[in-house]
Amino acid sequence: MRTVRSRHIVSGGMIALTYLAAILATLPLILILIHLIQKGASSLSLAFFTNGPSPVGEAGGGMANAIVGTLVVVGTASLIGLPIGIAAGLYLAEKRTTPLAYTVRFLADVLNGLPSIVVGIFAWEFLVRPIGHFSALAGSVALAAMMIPLVTRTTEEMLRVVPTSLREAALALGYPKWRTSIAVVLRTALAGIATGALVAIARIAGETAPLLFTALGNQFWSTSLKAPIAALPLQIFTYAISPYDEWHRQAWAGALVLIVIVLIISVAARFATRSRFGAPVD
Amino acid sequence: MREKPARVATPTVQVRVADPVASHATAPCIVTSQLTAYFGDVAAIKDVTMSIPQQAVTAIIGPSGCGKSTLLRCLNRMHETVPRARVEGSVQILGSQIYGDGTSPIAVRRHVGMVFQRPTPFPTMSIRNNVAAGLSIDKASHQARGSKDEIVAEALQRAGLWEEVKDRLNESAMALSGGQQQRLCIARALATRPRVLLLDEPTASLDPLSSQKVEELVYHLRETVTVVIVTHNMQQAARVSDRTAFLLAGELIEFASTNELFTAPHDSRTESYITGRFG
Repeated sequence: MRTVRSRHIVSGGMIALTYLAAILATLPLILILIHLIQKGASSLSLAFFTNGPSPVGEAGGGMANAIVGTLVVVGTASLIGLPIGIAAGLYLAEKRTTPLAYTVRFLADVLNGLPSIVVGIFAWEFLVRPIGHFSALAGSVALAAMMIPLVTRTTEEMLRVVPTSLREAALALGYPKWRTSIAVVLRTALAGIATGALVAIARIAGETAPLLFTALGNQFWSTSLKAPIAALPLQIFTYAISPYDEWHRQAWAGALVLIVIVLIISVAARFATRSRFGAPVD
Repeated sequence: MREKPARVATPTVQVRVADPVASHATAPCIVTSQLTAYFGDVAAIKDVTMSIPQQAVTAIIGPSGCGKSTLLRCLNRMHETVPRARVEGSVQILGSQIYGDGTSPIAVRRHVGMVFQRPTPFPTMSIRNNVAAGLSIDKASHQARGSKDEIVAEALQRAGLWEEVKDRLNESAMALSGGQQQRLCIARALATRPRVLLLDEPTASLDPLSSQKVEELVYHLRETVTVVIVTHNMQQAARVSDRTAFLLAGELIEFASTNELFTAPHDSRTESYITGRFG
Protein backbone atom coordinates (compact mmCIF):
# COMPACT_ATOMS: atom_id res chain seq x y z
CA MET A 1 0.00 0.00 0.00
CA ARG A 2 2.87 2.29 0.68
CA THR A 3 3.98 2.12 -2.94
CA VAL A 4 0.50 3.02 -4.18
CA ARG A 5 0.39 6.06 -1.93
CA SER A 6 3.87 7.17 -2.91
CA ARG A 7 2.96 6.78 -6.56
CA HIS A 8 -0.04 9.02 -6.01
CA ILE A 9 2.19 11.62 -4.40
CA VAL A 10 4.71 11.49 -7.25
CA SER A 11 1.90 11.63 -9.81
CA GLY A 12 0.34 14.63 -8.09
CA GLY A 13 3.70 16.39 -7.94
CA MET A 14 4.37 15.79 -11.62
CA ILE A 15 0.92 17.03 -12.62
CA ALA A 16 1.53 20.19 -10.59
CA LEU A 17 4.84 20.65 -12.42
CA THR A 18 3.17 20.38 -15.83
CA TYR A 19 0.61 22.98 -14.73
CA LEU A 20 3.43 25.24 -13.66
CA ALA A 21 5.25 24.73 -16.97
CA ALA A 22 2.08 25.51 -18.93
CA ILE A 23 1.61 28.74 -16.98
CA LEU A 24 5.27 29.69 -17.43
CA ALA A 25 4.98 29.07 -21.16
CA THR A 26 2.10 31.51 -21.59
CA LEU A 27 3.30 34.01 -18.99
CA PRO A 28 5.68 35.97 -21.26
CA LEU A 29 2.95 36.56 -23.85
CA ILE A 30 0.52 37.73 -21.17
CA LEU A 31 3.14 40.00 -19.57
CA ILE A 32 4.10 41.48 -22.94
CA LEU A 33 0.44 42.15 -23.78
CA ILE A 34 -0.22 43.81 -20.41
CA HIS A 35 2.92 45.90 -20.69
CA LEU A 36 2.13 46.96 -24.25
CA ILE A 37 -1.42 47.92 -23.33
CA GLN A 38 -0.17 49.95 -20.35
CA LYS A 39 2.47 51.77 -22.35
CA GLY A 40 0.85 51.94 -25.78
CA ALA A 41 -2.92 52.13 -25.39
CA SER A 42 -2.86 55.76 -24.21
CA SER A 43 -1.07 56.85 -27.41
CA LEU A 44 -3.60 55.14 -29.64
CA SER A 45 -6.00 57.58 -31.23
CA LEU A 46 -7.81 57.93 -34.49
CA ALA A 47 -4.93 60.08 -35.72
CA PHE A 48 -2.53 57.21 -35.08
CA PHE A 49 -4.37 55.15 -37.71
CA THR A 50 -5.05 57.97 -40.19
CA ASN A 51 -1.97 60.21 -40.10
CA GLY A 52 1.58 59.72 -41.13
CA PRO A 53 4.52 60.67 -38.91
CA SER A 54 4.73 64.31 -37.83
CA PRO A 55 7.95 66.20 -37.14
CA VAL A 56 9.29 66.07 -33.61
CA GLY A 57 7.40 68.38 -31.30
CA GLU A 58 4.31 68.49 -33.46
CA ALA A 59 1.29 66.60 -32.15
CA GLY A 60 -1.05 64.41 -34.15
CA GLY A 61 1.50 62.12 -35.76
CA GLY A 62 0.55 58.52 -36.54
CA MET A 63 1.71 55.33 -38.16
CA ALA A 64 -0.87 55.01 -40.93
CA ASN A 65 1.90 54.83 -43.54
CA ALA A 66 3.69 52.08 -41.61
CA ILE A 67 0.50 50.05 -41.10
CA VAL A 68 -0.32 50.27 -44.80
CA GLY A 69 3.34 49.64 -45.64
CA THR A 70 3.37 46.45 -43.59
CA LEU A 71 0.22 45.27 -45.35
CA VAL A 72 1.78 46.03 -48.76
CA VAL A 73 5.12 44.38 -48.01
CA VAL A 74 3.65 41.32 -46.25
CA GLY A 75 0.89 40.99 -48.88
CA THR A 76 3.41 41.07 -51.73
CA ALA A 77 5.67 38.63 -49.89
CA SER A 78 2.68 36.27 -49.48
CA LEU A 79 1.84 36.53 -53.18
CA ILE A 80 5.40 35.49 -54.01
CA GLY A 81 6.02 33.02 -51.17
CA LEU A 82 2.75 31.11 -50.74
CA PRO A 83 2.38 29.71 -54.29
CA ILE A 84 6.04 28.69 -54.41
CA GLY A 85 5.98 27.22 -50.90
CA ILE A 86 2.74 25.28 -51.38
CA ALA A 87 3.79 23.96 -54.79
CA ALA A 88 7.17 22.89 -53.40
CA GLY A 89 5.43 21.19 -50.46
CA LEU A 90 3.16 19.34 -52.88
CA TYR A 91 6.22 18.17 -54.78
CA LEU A 92 7.92 16.95 -51.60
CA ALA A 93 4.82 15.08 -50.48
CA GLU A 94 4.08 13.45 -53.85
CA LYS A 95 7.66 12.63 -54.87
CA ARG A 96 9.04 12.10 -51.42
CA THR A 97 11.92 9.78 -52.30
CA THR A 98 13.50 11.44 -55.33
CA PRO A 99 17.03 12.88 -54.90
CA LEU A 100 15.65 16.34 -55.63
CA ALA A 101 13.07 15.92 -52.85
CA TYR A 102 15.75 14.98 -50.32
CA THR A 103 17.87 17.96 -51.37
CA VAL A 104 14.98 20.42 -51.26
CA ARG A 105 13.80 19.12 -47.88
CA PHE A 106 17.29 19.45 -46.42
CA LEU A 107 17.82 22.94 -47.82
CA ALA A 108 14.38 24.05 -46.60
CA ASP A 109 15.30 22.94 -43.10
CA VAL A 110 18.60 24.81 -43.30
CA LEU A 111 16.84 27.94 -44.60
CA ASN A 112 14.30 27.71 -41.77
CA GLY A 113 17.14 28.10 -39.30
CA LEU A 114 18.84 30.93 -41.17
CA PRO A 115 19.13 34.16 -39.14
CA SER A 116 16.80 36.73 -40.64
CA ILE A 117 19.54 39.35 -40.88
CA VAL A 118 21.36 37.06 -43.32
CA VAL A 119 18.25 36.93 -45.49
CA GLY A 120 18.19 40.74 -45.41
CA ILE A 121 21.84 41.01 -46.47
CA PHE A 122 21.22 38.48 -49.22
CA ALA A 123 18.28 40.50 -50.58
CA TRP A 124 20.37 43.68 -50.41
CA GLU A 125 23.20 42.04 -52.36
CA PHE A 126 20.99 40.57 -55.05
CA LEU A 127 18.23 43.14 -55.41
CA VAL A 128 19.03 46.48 -53.80
CA ARG A 129 22.61 46.78 -55.05
CA PRO A 130 22.01 45.83 -58.71
CA ILE A 131 18.88 48.02 -58.90
CA GLY A 132 20.59 50.88 -57.15
CA HIS A 133 18.02 51.82 -54.51
CA PHE A 134 15.98 50.41 -51.64
CA SER A 135 12.44 49.25 -52.46
CA ALA A 136 9.34 47.67 -50.98
CA LEU A 137 9.71 44.86 -53.50
CA ALA A 138 13.18 43.99 -52.19
CA GLY A 139 11.67 43.81 -48.69
CA SER A 140 8.89 41.55 -49.93
CA VAL A 141 11.36 39.25 -51.64
CA ALA A 142 13.41 39.01 -48.43
CA LEU A 143 10.28 38.14 -46.42
CA ALA A 144 9.15 35.68 -49.10
CA ALA A 145 12.53 33.97 -48.85
CA MET A 146 11.86 33.47 -45.14
CA MET A 147 8.34 32.26 -45.81
CA ILE A 148 9.00 29.71 -48.55
CA PRO A 149 10.87 27.07 -46.50
CA LEU A 150 8.37 27.39 -43.67
CA VAL A 151 5.35 27.00 -45.94
CA THR A 152 7.04 24.21 -47.91
CA ARG A 153 7.62 22.09 -44.83
CA THR A 154 4.22 22.68 -43.20
CA THR A 155 2.48 21.98 -46.52
CA GLU A 156 4.43 18.75 -46.90
CA GLU A 157 3.57 17.65 -43.36
CA MET A 158 -0.12 18.41 -43.89
CA LEU A 159 -0.22 16.52 -47.19
CA ARG A 160 1.56 13.54 -45.70
CA VAL A 161 -1.15 12.93 -43.14
CA VAL A 162 -3.71 12.49 -45.91
CA PRO A 163 -4.20 8.71 -45.86
CA THR A 164 -2.90 6.69 -48.81
CA SER A 165 -6.30 5.01 -48.95
CA LEU A 166 -7.88 8.29 -50.11
CA ARG A 167 -5.26 8.65 -52.84
CA GLU A 168 -5.92 5.08 -53.93
CA ALA A 169 -9.69 5.62 -53.87
CA ALA A 170 -9.31 8.54 -56.26
CA LEU A 171 -6.91 6.66 -58.54
CA ALA A 172 -9.27 3.68 -58.59
CA LEU A 173 -12.07 5.97 -59.77
CA GLY A 174 -9.95 6.83 -62.80
CA TYR A 175 -8.55 10.12 -61.56
CA PRO A 176 -5.28 11.03 -63.26
CA LYS A 177 -2.40 11.48 -60.85
CA TRP A 178 -2.30 15.28 -61.03
CA ARG A 179 -6.00 15.46 -60.39
CA THR A 180 -5.74 13.11 -57.43
CA SER A 181 -3.05 15.36 -55.99
CA ILE A 182 -5.08 18.53 -56.38
CA ALA A 183 -8.74 17.54 -56.06
CA VAL A 184 -8.32 14.99 -53.29
CA VAL A 185 -4.97 15.22 -51.50
CA LEU A 186 -4.50 18.99 -51.57
CA ARG A 187 -8.20 19.60 -51.00
CA THR A 188 -8.28 17.31 -47.97
CA ALA A 189 -5.23 19.01 -46.44
CA LEU A 190 -6.35 22.53 -47.37
CA ALA A 191 -7.37 23.61 -43.87
CA GLY A 192 -4.00 22.54 -42.49
CA ILE A 193 -2.13 24.23 -45.33
CA ALA A 194 -4.10 27.45 -44.78
CA THR A 195 -3.12 27.34 -41.11
CA GLY A 196 0.52 26.88 -42.04
CA ALA A 197 0.29 29.79 -44.46
CA LEU A 198 -1.27 32.08 -41.85
CA VAL A 199 1.32 31.11 -39.25
CA ALA A 200 4.04 31.94 -41.78
CA ILE A 201 2.41 35.31 -42.53
CA ALA A 202 2.16 36.08 -38.81
CA ARG A 203 5.79 35.12 -38.43
CA ILE A 204 7.11 37.43 -41.18
CA ALA A 205 4.80 40.32 -40.28
CA GLY A 206 6.95 41.07 -37.25
CA GLU A 207 10.34 40.63 -38.93
CA THR A 208 12.58 43.69 -38.78
CA ALA A 209 16.04 42.58 -39.82
CA PRO A 210 15.24 41.52 -43.39
CA LEU A 211 13.63 44.90 -44.00
CA LEU A 212 16.50 47.04 -42.68
CA PHE A 213 18.56 46.85 -45.88
CA THR A 214 15.67 46.34 -48.29
CA ALA A 215 12.46 48.26 -47.60
CA LEU A 216 14.51 50.72 -45.51
CA GLY A 217 11.53 52.59 -44.08
CA ASN A 218 9.91 55.82 -45.12
CA GLN A 219 8.65 58.80 -43.13
CA PHE A 220 6.17 59.66 -45.88
CA TRP A 221 3.23 58.05 -47.61
CA SER A 222 4.21 55.49 -50.20
CA THR A 223 2.56 52.38 -51.51
CA SER A 224 4.85 51.95 -54.50
CA LEU A 225 6.73 48.67 -54.71
CA LYS A 226 9.63 50.42 -56.39
CA ALA A 227 10.27 52.95 -53.62
CA PRO A 228 11.37 52.55 -50.01
CA ILE A 229 8.34 51.90 -47.84
CA ALA A 230 7.50 52.21 -44.16
CA ALA A 231 6.70 49.10 -42.14
CA LEU A 232 5.56 48.75 -38.54
CA PRO A 233 8.62 46.88 -37.25
CA LEU A 234 10.96 49.39 -38.93
CA GLN A 235 9.01 52.35 -37.61
CA ILE A 236 8.99 50.91 -34.11
CA PHE A 237 12.75 50.37 -34.36
CA THR A 238 13.41 53.92 -35.61
CA TYR A 239 11.21 55.49 -32.95
CA ALA A 240 12.46 53.31 -30.12
CA ILE A 241 16.11 54.29 -30.63
CA SER A 242 15.27 58.00 -31.03
CA PRO A 243 15.82 60.40 -28.11
CA TYR A 244 12.26 61.82 -28.15
CA ASP A 245 9.60 60.89 -25.58
CA GLU A 246 6.78 61.43 -28.07
CA TRP A 247 8.36 58.97 -30.49
CA HIS A 248 8.89 56.45 -27.66
CA ARG A 249 5.19 56.61 -26.89
CA GLN A 250 4.40 56.10 -30.56
CA ALA A 251 6.74 53.11 -30.70
CA TRP A 252 4.82 51.48 -27.84
CA ALA A 253 1.53 52.11 -29.63
CA GLY A 254 3.01 50.72 -32.85
CA ALA A 255 4.17 47.59 -31.06
CA LEU A 256 0.66 47.12 -29.64
CA VAL A 257 -0.87 47.46 -33.12
CA LEU A 258 1.65 45.00 -34.57
CA ILE A 259 1.01 42.36 -31.93
CA VAL A 260 -2.76 42.77 -32.37
CA ILE A 261 -2.38 42.26 -36.13
CA VAL A 262 -0.32 39.11 -35.52
CA LEU A 263 -2.87 37.88 -32.97
CA ILE A 264 -5.71 38.41 -35.43
CA ILE A 265 -3.85 36.39 -38.07
CA SER A 266 -3.19 33.61 -35.54
CA VAL A 267 -6.83 33.50 -34.48
CA ALA A 268 -7.82 33.36 -38.15
CA ALA A 269 -5.45 30.40 -38.48
CA ARG A 270 -7.33 28.62 -35.69
CA PHE A 271 -10.61 29.19 -37.47
CA ALA A 272 -9.19 27.99 -40.77
CA THR A 273 -8.58 24.55 -39.26
CA ARG A 274 -12.30 24.04 -39.05
CA SER A 275 -13.42 22.22 -42.15
CA ARG A 276 -16.37 23.21 -44.29
CA PHE A 277 -18.62 20.87 -42.37
CA GLY A 278 -17.67 22.22 -38.97
CA ALA A 279 -15.75 19.16 -37.86
CA PRO A 280 -12.15 19.67 -36.79
CA VAL A 281 -9.54 18.26 -39.14
CA ASP A 282 -7.02 16.05 -37.44
CA MET B 1 -35.01 -4.57 -60.12
CA ARG B 2 -33.06 -2.00 -62.01
CA GLU B 3 -32.58 -2.32 -65.74
CA LYS B 4 -29.43 -3.93 -66.93
CA PRO B 5 -26.84 -1.59 -68.38
CA ALA B 6 -27.06 -1.26 -72.11
CA ARG B 7 -24.83 -3.76 -73.82
CA VAL B 8 -23.53 -1.31 -76.36
CA ALA B 9 -19.95 -0.26 -76.69
CA THR B 10 -19.07 2.40 -74.15
CA PRO B 11 -17.71 5.64 -75.56
CA THR B 12 -14.06 5.17 -74.73
CA VAL B 13 -11.99 2.90 -76.85
CA GLN B 14 -9.73 1.11 -74.42
CA VAL B 15 -12.23 -1.22 -72.81
CA ARG B 16 -15.26 -2.23 -74.80
CA VAL B 17 -17.33 -5.13 -75.88
CA ALA B 18 -15.31 -6.38 -78.79
CA ASP B 19 -17.96 -8.53 -80.33
CA PRO B 20 -21.67 -8.57 -79.47
CA VAL B 21 -21.70 -12.36 -79.59
CA ALA B 22 -18.80 -12.62 -77.16
CA SER B 23 -20.66 -10.50 -74.67
CA HIS B 24 -23.15 -13.24 -74.02
CA ALA B 25 -23.42 -13.80 -70.31
CA THR B 26 -21.57 -17.09 -70.40
CA ALA B 27 -18.50 -15.66 -72.10
CA PRO B 28 -15.70 -14.75 -69.73
CA CYS B 29 -15.42 -11.16 -68.60
CA ILE B 30 -11.85 -11.20 -67.33
CA VAL B 31 -9.18 -13.53 -68.62
CA THR B 32 -5.79 -13.53 -66.93
CA SER B 33 -2.95 -15.36 -68.55
CA GLN B 34 0.24 -16.31 -66.70
CA LEU B 35 -0.21 -13.26 -64.53
CA THR B 36 2.75 -12.66 -62.21
CA ALA B 37 2.96 -9.59 -60.01
CA TYR B 38 6.13 -8.44 -58.28
CA PHE B 39 6.94 -6.15 -55.38
CA GLY B 40 10.56 -5.42 -56.19
CA ASP B 41 12.04 -8.89 -56.72
CA VAL B 42 9.39 -10.79 -54.79
CA ALA B 43 6.53 -12.31 -56.74
CA ALA B 44 3.31 -11.87 -54.78
CA ILE B 45 1.30 -13.87 -57.29
CA LYS B 46 2.75 -16.40 -59.73
CA ASP B 47 1.48 -17.54 -63.06
CA VAL B 48 -2.20 -17.03 -62.39
CA THR B 49 -4.34 -18.06 -65.36
CA MET B 50 -8.07 -17.86 -64.86
CA SER B 51 -11.28 -16.83 -66.62
CA ILE B 52 -13.77 -14.89 -64.60
CA PRO B 53 -17.34 -15.13 -65.90
CA GLN B 54 -19.58 -12.19 -66.66
CA GLN B 55 -22.54 -11.13 -64.55
CA ALA B 56 -21.47 -13.33 -61.71
CA VAL B 57 -19.77 -12.96 -58.36
CA THR B 58 -16.31 -14.50 -58.17
CA ALA B 59 -14.72 -14.82 -54.75
CA ILE B 60 -10.99 -15.04 -54.11
CA ILE B 61 -10.11 -16.75 -50.84
CA GLY B 62 -6.89 -17.80 -49.20
CA PRO B 63 -4.81 -17.24 -46.08
CA SER B 64 -3.38 -13.80 -45.23
CA GLY B 65 -0.51 -12.77 -47.47
CA CYS B 66 -1.37 -15.25 -50.23
CA GLY B 67 -1.72 -12.48 -52.81
CA LYS B 68 -5.51 -12.15 -52.94
CA SER B 69 -5.46 -8.36 -52.88
CA THR B 70 -2.51 -8.20 -55.26
CA LEU B 71 -4.38 -10.33 -57.78
CA LEU B 72 -7.39 -8.04 -57.45
CA ARG B 73 -5.26 -4.93 -57.82
CA CYS B 74 -3.77 -6.30 -61.04
CA LEU B 75 -7.26 -6.30 -62.55
CA ASN B 76 -7.58 -2.50 -62.51
CA ARG B 77 -3.87 -1.70 -62.73
CA MET B 78 -3.72 -0.42 -59.16
CA HIS B 79 -0.83 -2.77 -58.41
CA GLU B 80 1.57 -0.63 -60.39
CA THR B 81 0.87 2.46 -58.24
CA VAL B 82 3.10 0.94 -55.56
CA PRO B 83 6.78 1.88 -56.00
CA ARG B 84 8.86 -0.92 -57.55
CA ALA B 85 5.80 -3.00 -58.32
CA ARG B 86 5.39 -4.55 -61.77
CA VAL B 87 3.26 -7.05 -63.60
CA GLU B 88 4.05 -9.78 -66.14
CA GLY B 89 1.58 -11.78 -68.19
CA SER B 90 -1.69 -10.45 -69.51
CA VAL B 91 -5.17 -9.51 -68.40
CA GLN B 92 -8.03 -9.21 -70.85
CA ILE B 93 -11.24 -7.52 -69.83
CA LEU B 94 -14.15 -7.83 -72.27
CA GLY B 95 -11.75 -8.51 -75.07
CA SER B 96 -9.30 -5.69 -74.43
CA GLN B 97 -5.76 -6.17 -73.17
CA ILE B 98 -5.58 -3.87 -70.16
CA TYR B 99 -1.79 -4.09 -70.14
CA GLY B 100 -1.62 -3.57 -73.89
CA ASP B 101 0.61 -0.94 -75.46
CA GLY B 102 -0.99 2.46 -75.35
CA THR B 103 -3.70 1.45 -72.90
CA SER B 104 -3.77 3.96 -70.11
CA PRO B 105 -4.36 2.72 -66.56
CA ILE B 106 -6.71 5.65 -66.08
CA ALA B 107 -9.01 4.46 -68.86
CA VAL B 108 -8.97 0.93 -67.41
CA ARG B 109 -9.92 2.17 -63.94
CA ARG B 110 -12.89 4.10 -65.32
CA HIS B 111 -14.44 0.82 -66.39
CA VAL B 112 -13.34 -1.26 -63.44
CA GLY B 113 -14.60 0.07 -60.13
CA MET B 114 -12.94 -0.75 -56.84
CA VAL B 115 -13.95 -0.66 -53.19
CA PHE B 116 -11.41 -1.07 -50.42
CA GLN B 117 -11.27 -2.74 -47.04
CA ARG B 118 -11.82 0.50 -45.14
CA PRO B 119 -14.44 2.98 -46.34
CA THR B 120 -12.74 5.84 -48.19
CA PRO B 121 -15.26 8.65 -48.64
CA PHE B 122 -13.62 11.94 -49.61
CA PRO B 123 -13.82 13.91 -46.34
CA THR B 124 -14.17 17.34 -47.91
CA MET B 125 -17.08 16.37 -50.15
CA SER B 126 -20.79 16.08 -49.47
CA ILE B 127 -22.59 12.77 -49.91
CA ARG B 128 -23.81 13.89 -53.34
CA ASN B 129 -20.37 14.99 -54.52
CA ASN B 130 -18.77 11.81 -53.25
CA VAL B 131 -21.07 9.72 -55.42
CA ALA B 132 -20.53 12.06 -58.36
CA ALA B 133 -16.75 12.20 -57.90
CA GLY B 134 -16.04 9.72 -60.68
CA LEU B 135 -18.40 11.46 -63.11
CA SER B 136 -16.44 14.69 -63.19
CA ILE B 137 -13.48 12.88 -64.74
CA ASP B 138 -15.26 11.97 -67.90
CA LYS B 139 -18.15 14.40 -68.09
CA ALA B 140 -19.02 13.97 -71.75
CA SER B 141 -19.73 10.27 -71.61
CA HIS B 142 -22.06 10.60 -68.62
CA GLN B 143 -24.07 13.59 -69.75
CA ALA B 144 -26.26 11.50 -72.02
CA ARG B 145 -27.41 9.46 -69.02
CA GLY B 146 -29.19 12.35 -67.38
CA SER B 147 -28.50 15.03 -64.84
CA LYS B 148 -25.94 14.61 -62.10
CA ASP B 149 -28.70 14.31 -59.50
CA GLU B 150 -30.39 11.52 -61.45
CA ILE B 151 -27.16 9.57 -61.76
CA VAL B 152 -26.38 10.06 -58.06
CA ALA B 153 -29.86 8.90 -57.07
CA GLU B 154 -29.60 5.83 -59.30
CA ALA B 155 -26.19 4.88 -57.93
CA LEU B 156 -27.35 5.30 -54.33
CA GLN B 157 -30.41 3.17 -55.05
CA ARG B 158 -28.25 0.44 -56.56
CA ALA B 159 -26.06 0.56 -53.45
CA GLY B 160 -29.13 0.35 -51.20
CA LEU B 161 -28.32 3.63 -49.49
CA TRP B 162 -30.83 5.99 -51.09
CA GLU B 163 -33.55 5.76 -48.44
CA GLU B 164 -31.07 6.50 -45.66
CA VAL B 165 -29.44 9.56 -47.23
CA LYS B 166 -31.91 11.07 -49.70
CA ASP B 167 -32.77 13.95 -47.35
CA ARG B 168 -29.20 14.85 -46.50
CA LEU B 169 -27.27 14.65 -49.73
CA ASN B 170 -25.49 17.91 -48.95
CA GLU B 171 -24.15 16.75 -45.61
CA SER B 172 -20.62 15.55 -45.11
CA ALA B 173 -19.97 11.94 -46.01
CA MET B 174 -18.05 11.68 -42.75
CA ALA B 175 -21.33 11.96 -40.83
CA LEU B 176 -22.38 8.51 -42.06
CA SER B 177 -21.73 5.29 -40.14
CA GLY B 178 -18.96 2.94 -41.27
CA GLY B 179 -21.38 0.61 -43.03
CA GLN B 180 -23.11 3.52 -44.75
CA GLN B 181 -19.74 4.92 -45.80
CA GLN B 182 -18.84 1.60 -47.37
CA ARG B 183 -22.10 1.49 -49.31
CA LEU B 184 -21.45 5.10 -50.30
CA CYS B 185 -18.11 3.97 -51.74
CA ILE B 186 -19.91 1.21 -53.63
CA ALA B 187 -22.37 3.81 -54.95
CA ARG B 188 -19.43 6.01 -55.96
CA ALA B 189 -17.87 3.10 -57.84
CA LEU B 190 -21.20 2.21 -59.49
CA ALA B 191 -22.04 5.77 -60.56
CA THR B 192 -19.74 5.60 -63.57
CA ARG B 193 -21.39 2.31 -64.62
CA PRO B 194 -18.28 0.16 -64.55
CA ARG B 195 -18.41 -3.23 -66.27
CA VAL B 196 -16.51 -4.81 -63.40
CA LEU B 197 -16.57 -4.12 -59.67
CA LEU B 198 -13.63 -5.21 -57.53
CA LEU B 199 -14.24 -5.52 -53.79
CA ASP B 200 -11.20 -5.88 -51.54
CA GLU B 201 -12.46 -7.36 -48.26
CA PRO B 202 -15.34 -4.87 -48.26
CA THR B 203 -16.81 -6.03 -44.95
CA ALA B 204 -13.59 -6.55 -42.99
CA SER B 205 -13.97 -3.32 -41.04
CA LEU B 206 -17.76 -3.45 -40.61
CA ASP B 207 -20.04 -4.72 -37.86
CA PRO B 208 -22.06 -7.89 -38.59
CA LEU B 209 -25.27 -6.05 -39.48
CA SER B 210 -23.53 -3.69 -41.90
CA SER B 211 -21.61 -6.65 -43.34
CA GLN B 212 -24.87 -8.42 -44.00
CA LYS B 213 -26.24 -5.41 -45.86
CA VAL B 214 -23.14 -5.22 -48.03
CA GLU B 215 -23.33 -8.96 -48.70
CA GLU B 216 -26.95 -8.72 -49.78
CA LEU B 217 -26.00 -5.86 -52.03
CA VAL B 218 -23.17 -7.86 -53.61
CA TYR B 219 -25.52 -10.76 -54.11
CA HIS B 220 -27.88 -8.59 -56.14
CA LEU B 221 -25.21 -6.66 -58.01
CA ARG B 222 -24.37 -9.72 -60.12
CA GLU B 223 -27.41 -8.96 -62.24
CA THR B 224 -25.85 -5.78 -63.57
CA VAL B 225 -22.11 -6.00 -63.12
CA THR B 226 -19.32 -8.54 -62.91
CA VAL B 227 -18.12 -8.69 -59.31
CA VAL B 228 -14.80 -9.99 -58.01
CA ILE B 229 -14.60 -10.07 -54.22
CA VAL B 230 -11.60 -10.80 -52.06
CA THR B 231 -12.54 -12.14 -48.65
CA HIS B 232 -10.90 -13.98 -45.80
CA ASN B 233 -14.30 -15.05 -44.62
CA MET B 234 -15.13 -18.40 -46.20
CA GLN B 235 -18.75 -18.30 -45.15
CA GLN B 236 -19.06 -15.00 -46.94
CA ALA B 237 -17.52 -16.45 -50.10
CA ALA B 238 -19.94 -19.36 -49.90
CA ARG B 239 -22.92 -17.06 -49.41
CA VAL B 240 -22.34 -14.46 -52.11
CA SER B 241 -20.27 -16.00 -54.87
CA ASP B 242 -20.94 -18.16 -57.91
CA ARG B 243 -17.35 -19.20 -58.37
CA THR B 244 -14.48 -19.28 -55.93
CA ALA B 245 -10.74 -19.17 -56.48
CA PHE B 246 -8.40 -20.49 -53.81
CA LEU B 247 -4.99 -18.83 -53.68
CA LEU B 248 -2.06 -20.11 -51.66
CA ALA B 249 1.39 -18.49 -51.52
CA GLY B 250 0.67 -16.56 -54.71
CA GLU B 251 -0.46 -19.55 -56.72
CA LEU B 252 -3.93 -20.31 -57.93
CA ILE B 253 -4.61 -23.74 -56.43
CA GLU B 254 -8.16 -24.25 -57.48
CA PHE B 255 -10.87 -22.30 -59.26
CA ALA B 256 -14.32 -23.86 -59.47
CA SER B 257 -17.96 -23.19 -58.84
CA THR B 258 -18.41 -22.16 -55.23
CA ASN B 259 -20.56 -25.15 -54.52
CA GLU B 260 -18.02 -27.59 -55.89
CA LEU B 261 -15.02 -25.92 -54.24
CA PHE B 262 -16.57 -26.02 -50.81
CA THR B 263 -18.20 -29.45 -51.01
CA ALA B 264 -15.87 -31.48 -53.21
CA PRO B 265 -12.50 -29.76 -53.62
CA HIS B 266 -10.10 -31.50 -56.00
CA ASP B 267 -6.91 -30.35 -54.35
CA SER B 268 -5.96 -31.57 -50.92
CA ARG B 269 -4.63 -28.10 -50.00
CA THR B 270 -8.01 -26.54 -50.74
CA GLU B 271 -9.61 -29.14 -48.56
CA SER B 272 -7.17 -28.49 -45.73
CA TYR B 273 -7.84 -24.77 -45.94
CA ILE B 274 -11.61 -24.90 -46.05
CA THR B 275 -11.76 -27.42 -43.27
CA GLY B 276 -9.65 -25.09 -41.16
CA ARG B 277 -6.42 -27.06 -40.99
CA PHE B 278 -4.33 -23.98 -41.77
CA GLY B 279 -4.70 -20.28 -42.52
